[in-house]
Amino acid sequence: MTKQIRQLDRVVIRFAGDSGDGMQLTGDRFTSETAQLGNDISTLPNFPAEIRAPAGTLPGVSSFQVHFADYDILTPGDAPNVLVAMNPAALKANLTDLPRGADIIVNTDEFTRRNLAKVGYATSPLDDDSLAGYVVHPVALTSMTIGALAEHEVSKKDAERAKNMFALGLLSWMYSRPYESTLRFLERKFAARPELVAANVAAFRAGWNFGETTEDFSVRYEVKPAKMLPGTYRNITGNAALSLGLVAAGVRSGLPVFLGAYPITPASDILHELSKHKKLGVVTMQAEDEIAAVGAALGASYGGSLGVTTTSGPGVALKSETISLAVALELPLVIVDVQRAGPSTGMPTKTEQADLNMALYGRHGEAPVAVIAPKSPADCFHAALEAARIALTYRTPVLLLSDNYVANGSEPWLLPDVESLPDLRVEFASRPNGEDGTTFLPYLRDPETLARPWAIPGTPGLEHRIGGLEKADKTGDISYDPANHDFMVRTRAARIETIPVPDVEVEDPDGDARVLVLGWGSTYGPIGAACRGLRQRGLSVAQAHLRHLAPMPANLGEVLRAYDRVVIPEMNLGQLAHVIRAKYLVDAISYNQVRGLPFTAAELETMLEEVLKNV
Amino acid sequence: MSEPVALKLTAKDFKSDQEVRWCPGCGDYAILAAVQGFMPELNIPRENVVFISGIGCSSRFPYYMNTYGMHSIHGRAPAIATGLSVSRPDLSVWVVTGDGDALSIGGNHLIHALRRNVNLKILLFNNRIYGLTKGQYSPTSEIGKVTKSTPVGSADAPFNPLSLALGAEATFVARTIDSDRKHLQSVLRAAAEHQGSAFVEIYQNCNIFNDGAFDPLKEPATRDDFLIRLEHGQPITFGKDDQFCVVHPPGGFGLEVRETAATPAGEIVVHDAGVADPAYAFALSRLPGLDLRNTPIGVFRSVTRSSYDRAVQEQVAAAKAGVDQTPEQQLAGLLSAGDTWTIL
Repeated sequence: MTKQIRQLDRVVIRFAGDSGDGMQLTGDRFTSETAQLGNDISTLPNFPAEIRAPAGTLPGVSSFQVHFADYDILTPGDAPNVLVAMNPAALKANLTDLPRGADIIVNTDEFTRRNLAKVGYATSPLDDDSLAGYVVHPVALTSMTIGALAEHEVSKKDAERAKNMFALGLLSWMYSRPYESTLRFLERKFAARPELVAANVAAFRAGWNFGETTEDFSVRYEVKPAKMLPGTYRNITGNAALSLGLVAAGVRSGLPVFLGAYPITPASDILHELSKHKKLGVVTMQAEDEIAAVGAALGASYGGSLGVTTTSGPGVALKSETISLAVALELPLVIVDVQRAGPSTGMPTKTEQADLNMALYGRHGEAPVAVIAPKSPADCFHAALEAARIALTYRTPVLLLSDNYVANGSEPWLLPDVESLPDLRVEFASRPNGEDGTTFLPYLRDPETLARPWAIPGTPGLEHRIGGLEKADKTGDISYDPANHDFMVRTRAARIETIPVPDVEVEDPDGDARVLVLGWGSTYGPIGAACRGLRQRGLSVAQAHLRHLAPMPANLGEVLRAYDRVVIPEMNLGQLAHVIRAKYLVDAISYNQVRGLPFTAAELETMLEEVLKNV
Repeated sequence: MSEPVALKLTAKDFKSDQEVRWCPGCGDYAILAAVQGFMPELNIPRENVVFISGIGCSSRFPYYMNTYGMHSIHGRAPAIATGLSVSRPDLSVWVVTGDGDALSIGGNHLIHALRRNVNLKILLFNNRIYGLTKGQYSPTSEIGKVTKSTPVGSADAPFNPLSLALGAEATFVARTIDSDRKHLQSVLRAAAEHQGSAFVEIYQNCNIFNDGAFDPLKEPATRDDFLIRLEHGQPITFGKDDQFCVVHPPGGFGLEVRETAATPAGEIVVHDAGVADPAYAFALSRLPGLDLRNTPIGVFRSVTRSSYDRAVQEQVAAAKAGVDQTPEQQLAGLLSAGDTWTIL
């Protein structure tokens, strides 16, 4: 049978199933195949905090959404064009996100009375007209997989588990994906068990062949490669990029990286990744708690390492006293907060950007630190390098605010030349700096950076004591002098405030926008996509995005005042908006959503259209 | 290897220019003088010695040592010192802490430093009171302690610091007394020689808020009958006339004090700090009564176990062995690892 081939410019597919169905892996493999083809990609995993919620229930549904296109895209897509539903729970949990006319591929084997009842379906939605607005493809995924593996020497359980490869094979056929990387992956993954390699490859091929032969799938699609900047790419998640950024910071500074960390979702993957790079001198310590993690990192910084600690919101709260000590000691320290929905345990696997206030202000006393936020998964690499640069140059703690969306999402990353990365080399103090030529003044500052000397233990002649007690200017001796304290508090504030950071850039291709959308962190993609949408419809809107939240770019006030209205969308209740209003006296519109999910471009577009109407 | 050069340092070399600000008569003065007097023995250049403390009276200690030093935050010194020691195994890292700092707010860090066997020398000044906050009871105060925060007496039982350290798998555990400089320095010497965590409890008098807490161990009239001076390889006898001894009664779990005259010599326990099973040192740590009778001092336990610092550094060294690429080349390889594609 000859299949029709249809060209598409973009597709959004969501793989959904039970936590044990391997949907994250399936999505990941499909993404990798798609990357090989040269499409632009953006992905969004969505999984429950429970490792294995009861099988077949709504809380147990895990999904992976991938958006790919023949042009550059900014988000994982608002709504899927295709849903792969491995069971009734996956169908029910995701159906509301589907636009009418979307394709649904369901695993009919799982639509048993018992599984339907688990999620409250009185009758099977496959048998009534509740899915009438969609194009439903019923596929007996499980039984066909088991059938395809009948000749294979694997247990029934292992055969059944290969059904995700059947689904992947089918989808790879539907979208004409090159699958060599998946075959290679299976060989690596099951290297110790060749029978599983054979079974999974057979399941994959069975899915592919099923697409080719069945009449249910009459159309095959193609999405041509995107026009992207020349260079070598890889698909990367934010957590992986951030880890590599820290490794790169170690190489470019010539300092050992020391990570102190305590396991916490969604930051643990950074600890896992960094623990693999001992060859480059990276030392990781899984500490007894969050406080020890940052304490050990600070101790390592004191000794001349690049001290790093990685965590999520609840961990930052525990670390706050030590971060204040680092402010007083004026030592380099990078604190990574992969934000998740709070307060308290909140929704550990869901995203939010509600730790901005804590990052800016969450310490006792006047304890300013630098704050940086990456805007996308690949940007985490460069943001980590920038955090290290500021920490090392200005001898200060730097808070790096990632979030679950960028941490677990992925996109193509144009690999940088190592030589093009910033030079982060530092000079440790090596000789007395007092006028008499013999005294060492640990708090005598560099007039340009206001940084104090980094005199590491082991340096003869520079023995000195530092601590949390207020220090006298220059000598660092304990001081209760009122004027000295006032001076030191103001100096610590000035140290951060005067760090030179790049100007904020405004994207306003039409040049006549009267409304500026200001964002920070992971909202970059949805805001950008919404602005593009408006522009395609002939409306003018400007976009600016903050990477540096402390200090803020010097030109920001001027930029904000150049527009009639400033809109600030945030996944919190207006934390940046408060800062902007207070600092620049700009009557910004705060648009908020805290659902644990990123904004969709569509909702931002609708909101911005309303604002544009009223300017 | 050549013999290390004698540095010819003196106690004076370890005195910083800072004015010592403990209360007159505080036991901390004696400990400071003993440490400063002992340091030259180590023959370690001053720049390679670091004192890290938490918060409390004792934690002012680093300011007075002319070495590197950090006065950190309450309870966290072992954590900070761990990061320093693991990343800088070339340094001699000392932690100075108190009963509140180490056993109350910082209890978690203390036990984990001991469990890991980080190469730290931990000096716990135990005065059984909160001094810097002006006299509240501490986790080593005796039950029923009347203080500002417990006007009718404390209701909670104290920790036995040595029992706690032994429970946390400490490889070196010792006790000494502020007023006995010779003994204090002998314990410091043994601690400094130990590879891994050395935990030293120093009974220290707070003459303002808990004066005389250890008097029975110091007064000439009582001290010889109260103190058990542990010496490796020697039968444990004590008292003015060695009239008491320590035995391990058959069938029992612990150790007991008996009269020497009524005990066959073969039943007297011969002290062995190297016993692998911490139960022996634990039993020693349980001998003292509430009135401080039968208080052992000296090295309870000194056993060998790989230190965390060394194990970590060995992993790094093993990973680096045989690598012939520059860090930049390795990084370039790392960045382009996995499935990549090229756009021309």
